Amino acid sequence: MSSPLLTQVGALAQRSIMRTARQPASAIPPLIFPVALLLMNSGGLKASTELPGFPTDSFFAFALAVPFIQGALFSTMNAGTDLARDIQTGFFSRLSLTPVRGSALLAGQITGIVVLGIVQAVFYISVGLLLGVRFASGPAGIALLLVYAALVAVGFGALGSFLALRTGSGESIQGLFPVLFVFLFISSMNTPRDLIAVPWFHFLASINPVSYLIECVRSLIITGWDARALALGFSIAIVLAILALIAASWALSRRMERT
Amino acid sequence: MTRDNSIVVEKLVREFKKGPRAVDGIDLYVAPGEIYGFLGPNGAGKSTTVLMLTTLLPPTAGSARVGGYDVRTEGPKVRSVIGAALQEAALDPLLTGRDHLKLQTMLQAIPKAERKPRQEELLDRVGLTDAADRKVGGYSGGMKRRLDLALALVHRPTILFLDEPTTGLDPQSRTALWEEVARLAREDKVTVFLTTQYLEEADVLADRVGIIDNGKIVAEGTPTALKEEIGRPSIHVTPCREEDRQRIAELMKQYGEPLGSERELVVRLREGIGLVDVIRAMDADGVVVDDIELRAPTLDDVFLAKTGRTLEGAATGEDGASAR
Repeated sequence: MSSPLLTQVGALAQRSIMRTARQPASAIPPLIFPVALLLMNSGGLKASTELPGFPTDSFFAFALAVPFIQGALFSTMNAGTDLARDIQTGFFSRLSLTPVRGSALLAGQITGIVVLGIVQAVFYISVGLLLGVRFASGPAGIALLLVYAALVAVGFGALGSFLALRTGSGESIQGLFPVLFVFLFISSMNTPRDLIAVPWFHFLASINPVSYLIECVRSLIITGWDARALALGFSIAIVLAILALIAASWALSRRMERT
Repeated sequence: MTRDNSIVVEKLVREFKKGPRAVDGIDLYVAPGEIYGFLGPNGAGKSTTVLMLTTLLPPTAGSARVGGYDVRTEGPKVRSVIGAALQEAALDPLLTGRDHLKLQTMLQAIPKAERKPRQEELLDRVGLTDAADRKVGGYSGGMKRRLDLALALVHRPTILFLDEPTTGLDPQSRTALWEEVARLAREDKVTVFLTTQYLEEADVLADRVGIIDNGKIVAEGTPTALKEEIGRPSIHVTPCREEDRQRIAELMKQYGEPLGSERELVVRLREGIGLVDVIRAMDADGVVVDDIELRAPTLDDVFLAKTGRTLEGAATGEDGASAR
């Protein structure tokens, strides 16, 4: 008899969380690094708030949205590297020899990433509150932000799992990390899209889905309840999660080619 | 109902893209409760065979039934009756021994009430109770292998696959593992399919041995029968001077059948010929040797007789498969 799906997912998620908790070197950077960048940028780019039409007078509040996506990217890399290591060491084969279902394997892995994503989101929100940011959408907005962080973590976690399952190599995942980061840099992370004066940059930022992921978070922090930003952000996060899950499931079925 | 914990393999083939035929039409039968030693050098096809029999690699052709189930079409049923410790202990260095067992008992659908007692029983059986709460990253090679074995036994399999379980272990750890494997077969009636490149391991542990080379089984039988098949002892000579090698080889040829060997000159002695006859002849001819030894047939001699190479000399690299 097969272990109930929930038990399998629970066991694998527990392992994923335990691994992260026991590797401070990989758990702490996704928390600290985005916040450190945020603090530096807030100091250096504070003058941007004087641009006509800038949506807030606090660059820190404006940029607080960025760590949510940066943290998710870090989690993608960590999740992918962990799974690739499992493949390289044969641990994945051990799991394949148990009655575990492919869906449980993926769900367990991603549940672990989601938990980490929520922890990260709580940390960034706490830092924001401690440094005086007032969330325009209020407590309900903060709650929605946590849901959004979980959704983004599903998408990025599944993407990391897909890359790991296709390449089977932690080094390849780390090699792809800068490519993912480029999407962040050509987004509206530091400037509102309608204030980007350079045409090609404005164009790239406008077609870059990461811009809308950031703007969704930003709207909850500095605007309040912006239906358009929320709809765009959630839609992109949902589509990303669905596509990445489909890709990861396909890659898993290829990798887990047991009879 | 009588459980069928046999392994039946017929004309099993595995080909890799752009690669050689890693397993080339092998037939074998492992009886219930038997320890079957699958002996061969690196790259012979041992691990590829294990991956196919454990359902982790689909065969290219042929058939295999494990525990009465077809490995091609009844993968989940096969996995429910087998335990496997594949090459290199596949453990997570960040988890403790107890974490591993907890995870395995959950994934193997052990009822909740039985999980903890089963974990403790297995930790005790493999002698890891004291180290159970230490991270596996700090375990020795022998401890990792013992934990690997415990994990393979969580769901009480009736057939156990061990892929080179003692490679890299110190003699003490190796002996401890042999004892546990022998006990499993003797007391629990578990069928054991064990791959190894150690002659001694196959000789000591296996009820029957299959010797594989280049994907084909070249000999099969009990270690005793295989050695008896070779029959006569062999003489192994190491020349003192390299320039005497040819002369000594010619002389030895008069007393038996020369066997290929990279370092020594070896002849399988003819009936009625003894060591003393060869020594006298060398003495009379005035050749000097570094070492001369009379050896009873070993499994290496069987391998040598069947393939023309020693097991050590036949090692050509890694096996063609990996546990993906």
